[in-house]
Amino acid sequence: MEPSTDKLNEQTVERKKEIPTDWFRPLQQNNEGENTVVRPSLSYWKDAWIRLRSNYIAMAGLIFLILLGFMAIFGPYLTPYSVSDQVLADQNQPPSSTYWFGTDNLGRDVFTRTWYGARISLFVGIMAALIDFAIGVLYGGISGYKGGRTDNVMMRVVEVLYGLPYLLVVILLLVVLGPSLSTIILALTITGWVGMARIVRGQVLQIKNFEFVQASKSFGAKTSRIIRKNLLPNTMGPIIVQMTLTVPTAIFAEAFLSFLGLGIQSPFASWGVMANDALTTILSGHWWRLFFPAFFISATMFAFNVLGDGLQDALDPKLRR
Amino acid sequence: MIRYIFKRFLMMILTIWIIATLTFVLMNAIPGSPFNEERTSNEAVQENLERHFNLDEPPIVQYFAYLKSIVTFDFGPSIKKPNDTVNDLLARGFPISAELGIISIVVALFSGIALGVIAALRHNGFIDYLAMTIAVLGISIPNFVLATLLIQQLAVNTGIFPVATWQSPMHMILPTLALATGPMAIIARLTRSSMLEVLTQDYIKMARAKGLSPTKVVIKHALKNALMPVVTILGTLLAGILTGTFVIEKIFAIPGMGRYFVESINQRDYPVIMGTTVFYSAFLVFALFLVDIAYGILDPRIKLHKEERG
Amino acid sequence: MIPINKILEIRNLHVTFSTYGGEVKAVRGVDLDLHEGETLAIVGESGCGKSVTANSIMRLIPTPAGKISNGTIRFKGMDLAKATDKQMRNIRGVDISMIFQDPMTALNPTLTIGTQLTEGVRQHQNLSKKEAEQRAVEMMNLVGIPNPHERLKQYPHQFSGGMRQRIVIAIALIGEPDLLIADEPTTALDVTIQAQILELFETIQKETNVAIILITHDLGVVAKVADRINVMYAGKIIEAGTREEIFYQPKHPYTKGLLQSIPRLDQKGEKLLPIDGTPPDLFSPPVGCPFTARCPHAMVVCEKVYPLRHQPTDSHYADCWLYDERAHTTNLNPKKEEMT
Repeated sequence: MEPSTDKLNEQTVERKKEIPTDWFRPLQQNNEGENTVVRPSLSYWKDAWIRLRSNYIAMAGLIFLILLGFMAIFGPYLTPYSVSDQVLADQNQPPSSTYWFGTDNLGRDVFTRTWYGARISLFVGIMAALIDFAIGVLYGGISGYKGGRTDNVMMRVVEVLYGLPYLLVVILLLVVLGPSLSTIILALTITGWVGMARIVRGQVLQIKNFEFVQASKSFGAKTSRIIRKNLLPNTMGPIIVQMTLTVPTAIFAEAFLSFLGLGIQSPFASWGVMANDALTTILSGHWWRLFFPAFFISATMFAFNVLGDGLQDALDPKLRR
Repeated sequence: MIRYIFKRFLMMILTIWIIATLTFVLMNAIPGSPFNEERTSNEAVQENLERHFNLDEPPIVQYFAYLKSIVTFDFGPSIKKPNDTVNDLLARGFPISAELGIISIVVALFSGIALGVIAALRHNGFIDYLAMTIAVLGISIPNFVLATLLIQQLAVNTGIFPVATWQSPMHMILPTLALATGPMAIIARLTRSSMLEVLTQDYIKMARAKGLSPTKVVIKHALKNALMPVVTILGTLLAGILTGTFVIEKIFAIPGMGRYFVESINQRDYPVIMGTTVFYSAFLVFALFLVDIAYGILDPRIKLHKEERG
Repeated sequence: MIPINKILEIRNLHVTFSTYGGEVKAVRGVDLDLHEGETLAIVGESGCGKSVTANSIMRLIPTPAGKISNGTIRFKGMDLAKATDKQMRNIRGVDISMIFQDPMTALNPTLTIGTQLTEGVRQHQNLSKKEAEQRAVEMMNLVGIPNPHERLKQYPHQFSGGMRQRIVIAIALIGEPDLLIADEPTTALDVTIQAQILELFETIQKETNVAIILITHDLGVVAKVADRINVMYAGKIIEAGTREEIFYQPKHPYTKGLLQSIPRLDQKGEKLLPIDGTPPDLFSPPVGCPFTARCPHAMVVCEKVYPLRHQPTDSHYADCWLYDERAHTTNLNPKKEEMT
């Protein structure tokens, strides 16, 4: 019987003699296989997903947002009331089996209005992110791709726009354009794309550098592999994170503007409008009118923020081990 | 350095000019503004408006007169408050808003930096998680929601603090808290991440290799470098605080500039909207300019960089 | 016989890092001796544990992830592995100093050179600002920086890479340490600057009699300045000897491989041979010799049992089974070498 290696590894000269002479024959190396690192190398996106999944707070945010999206679509149909239905006999009713979240001072169902507000918030947030993305990719892409003088001029414009006080410009535009859903989105995106353009430009410059590397043929990897392994992870990561974090900014801006009376107009509901209407309840004690919009706006922003943070950690190639 | 300041200064003037022009063009486009045919009911007000905005002259003359009024800091009359000019409102409201804003930003800076540094030093520890949870909450809860919650819980329900207005230090606590929490959270997160980054730098290891105490390493070597990014976002934070005063002053019934501005929006008092927007913008752009210069002074590398280029 | 002038003695040092993927055994039983005024080089590929060993002496391994799990580090009669933080602070910069790889990042960009040079001595020796600056000027003269008085007021970005490394060395020396640990001190520098810095090390050693531990992956650097060389692989020192022994009578196949992979002026026309493969995963290091998978002479025993020490002279040893009398001698001349 062969001695166990554990025992033999306790280095003593006596043990040396226990090692069978037979072991001193050359070892058959089965070449490449053994040298490679044992842990499986996963694709970038799969790896990112695994890391995101292990981030419980970010996953909780994601699940909350999925549920919220579901309720935003179907929530208003779960009750017999519409957003603007006023049951004047049932003013300021506390939550009950008839009115799950209670009613407001005009007898409107807070439950229905809350999910209607979710629609508005999610719509504004996602539209703003998408439009920012579209303009940012176009502008930043051209700026970074053309380079030189064009880039210089285009970036100066961005610099000036970046210096403009965002919410003030938005307020001014809304005063002029008149408050509505589309003008809110327009006002939010008219200066909002600047941040995205900067990021995209940076990424495009990086892409150009990758092409240099490729042109000089300094490494023999295939183009498709470079794009898949290096380019997409490096460029898409920051863009996705920026988009995720644009959404709560836009949601906040919409609520803020609605709160100031510059947003969605009655009888339609937005969380900002509902919170504004509920200001008087501070004294009257009709807490449900403030609580539901306030809770959902905070929870939604929280969910987007933690999801964005989680994505940032999951997608950052620097953190890959 | 002088070149750098000069360049930034030109940029500032350009930005203010763009905002002023944008405001003028937009105001010309809407009904109900002093530039349109529509008349106000009050004869005296109408006369003031015509005089101030040169309404009988062609638009281009109006434009230059308007630019001149901005340079000379004369923003014209209010439509809805016949006895006040925009300058009167600014003189009355701005000091109060400035007081609220300055207290808030100081509170936000100190508490945010402290929270961020502690979180970074206890990286991945309980305090880190706690501080960052507070920070994400601070970013996620809109200031107007926080303000109403604070009033409801701490003023109405328990009566610890007065409900509204701006009189004694006790009156100032809740509005400041509501306004400072968001910026504080942003500062805390930024400080933490940049502190973590700085702490991995070789010069920190080098400082430790000299046998310096941990406190000395953190304060003398890490903190200044870690706070550089915080300085760069001061301008943005200030803008956030400023727009925050609109809602906070509305909720707490504080007679500041923000409340006049919100009133003017709701009443469509265009000269006030115009004047205040331009004033606020100029103020913010100037603040950004100061931040840029401060950054140039704090970071010794900037100076050389610019000199080399020039 | 224990030499009286031995200043550092490391025995059975183990350092581990806990990561998300598991525990990395970065240093796995290192023994090391250092005498007054000598230069010891620790050579190895990146990730072999040489920097971790150096940082352990200074107790600068990042906590809480990394920890010294076993072993002793005897310095001047004290076990540094068990010293308190306060004791370590009084040793750092005074008895032991350290130089880092990249002079571009080793200096704080927002503090003047003068501050960074003097803060250590001002803390440890209670010098006044003036006295400390006087010392700083002396040090800058020693490391060869012209106009030291003016230079003290400048910031790091106003110096070239080579000058910065001289400053880093000056900072390390200002506390008059007995031991200087230099972690890849020339890697980030241009070749001509490298030579200057290496010469500087020799000058310093002559003038101050400081012992130097030189961490490097560059055998060219070692050939110039090292008195003794330790070759490290996968967290273990696999061969140790004097400079001459390592360069002219290398015993371990890994050391031979390293020597064949550097250009040499004295052997014309010889091809440079890279060592195939990568070092083993230190999450689960192999039981036997860690070099087995890449070794051209590997035997069955290599995979199963860690080699016994082969000790041709008092100053030279190698951990390798090839020197066991039962090993096939033909193994020592593998096909690879015959072909060249």
